Amino acid sequence: MIRAVDIKKSFGDKEVLRGISSEFYKGKTNLIIGRSGAGKTVLLKILVGLFRPDEGAVWYENQCFFDLSKKETQQLRMKIGMLFQGGALFDSWNVEENIRFPLDMYTNLTLGEKKKRVAEVLEKVELSGVEPKYPSELSGGMQKRVGIARAIVLNPQYLFCDEPNSGLDPKTAIVIDKLIQDITRHYNITTVINTHDMNSVMEIGDNILLLKDGLVAWQGNKEQIITSNDDTILEFIFASPFLKRLRKKALGL
Amino acid sequence: MIGKLIYGLFFQLGQWVLWMNHAFSRPEKLKVYWRETVRQMNDLGVGSLPVVIIISVFFGAVTTVQFYYQISGTFVPNYYIGYIVRDMTIIELAPTFTCMLLAGKVGSNIATEIGGMRQKEIIDAMEVMGVNTAAFLVLPRLVAAVFMIPLLVILAAAISILGGYFASVWGHLFTSSEFLQGLHSFFIPYNVYIMLVKAVTFAFLLTTISAYQGYFVKSGSIELGRASTNAVVLSDVAILVADYIIAILMT
Repeated sequence: MIRAVDIKKSFGDKEVLRGISSEFYKGKTNLIIGRSGAGKTVLLKILVGLFRPDEGAVWYENQCFFDLSKKETQQLRMKIGMLFQGGALFDSWNVEENIRFPLDMYTNLTLGEKKKRVAEVLEKVELSGVEPKYPSELSGGMQKRVGIARAIVLNPQYLFCDEPNSGLDPKTAIVIDKLIQDITRHYNITTVINTHDMNSVMEIGDNILLLKDGLVAWQGNKEQIITSNDDTILEFIFASPFLKRLRKKALGL
Repeated sequence: MIGKLIYGLFFQLGQWVLWMNHAFSRPEKLKVYWRETVRQMNDLGVGSLPVVIIISVFFGAVTTVQFYYQISGTFVPNYYIGYIVRDMTIIELAPTFTCMLLAGKVGSNIATEIGGMRQKEIIDAMEVMGVNTAAFLVLPRLVAAVFMIPLLVILAAAISILGGYFASVWGHLFTSSEFLQGLHSFFIPYNVYIMLVKAVTFAFLLTTISAYQGYFVKSGSIELGRASTNAVVLSDVAILVADYIIAILMT
């Protein structure tokens, strides 16, 4: 489990996060949602330690991230996998080299063992046989799946995904969502996803955190959204008049 | 305006020094760094070979023709041209101009490549993995440059002298034996040492300045273009300043 405690972050005069406290649960897909500029990416980057908060703390189980020594931070980082919006793959390396990179850096496996592990994670993301291809030879969805494969190659305990569906068609987006959910349940890891894709929210939202004006405006799961009377979450999820009518019809209102 | 400029200059210099300190850390895994270094050696060394050869031939040829123009009809013997071309090439043209040329080719490439990695969040991805990105992005390039650029400079010097030889002989300016006599006259081995000191210093400057420009790039293609331009301009200025300092200290 990951716990964020009273996180505050400003950039110049702009207060982006004004005191975020929340818990992200093990074995569940935890979603951070909100409008563009709500601070989702900033919160995610604070959770993984790319940004340091002005105030507040991030706890991984019983370890406070920003109080750890360099060695402890390094050990914790090896338990973290992250998928970035564009996949963040090295253009000049092929798929195998990209996925192998964390293994090369942090393990003493033989080349054969590394290749075997790469093949395993590629099979997990349903991309077997693409090892020799370069990122430029892959579609956006395939690049994301390679990004997921790299993120899970070290068997992480925590998986972070920054807008995994951006730039993908709805069908591919659902495939990616299901893949992330499967991995979360199969490995029993804590997954935190930053998204504004409403399909994702309603498909895999085990624990949803809605950010608004730098604060947590609503927290719950996908079932609670349907029956909720909270205008903040309803306005966000059912943003279009068509969806509002559809929801009312479904609830017989 | 001037105050802001000076502040900006010192801010950048301070940030560069602190960043370099971070970059000179112990590599997490030597094998991975070595693999990257070999790749950089190939890109930097082999990739720069054709342009260095072409430019060097003309350095030597033009120097020979212009010196012949200046001293013909005077009491200075023709063989002096071989001597002048040799020393000018070794002391100044080969190290300084080759490195300025490489600042344009290699420096802009380093800034754009690292800047692109920053914009595509590849640097963030490595940081999440716990990689010391400053070290991983700088050290292999620096080792490759410090090893390959002196070799390129030596090659540039040799080809430049050959260019001068062919320009004089094929252009019927003076005889082959006169040029060779000049080449063998007044040779001071210490000048080769100066050339190598310059090559290593300039390699260090152009690599670290260009990598720094790319590393701190912000989002957008305009920023990336600016980083590339800054890498070339600042590397060239640094090379010229260092050239002057080395000239004072070593001659």
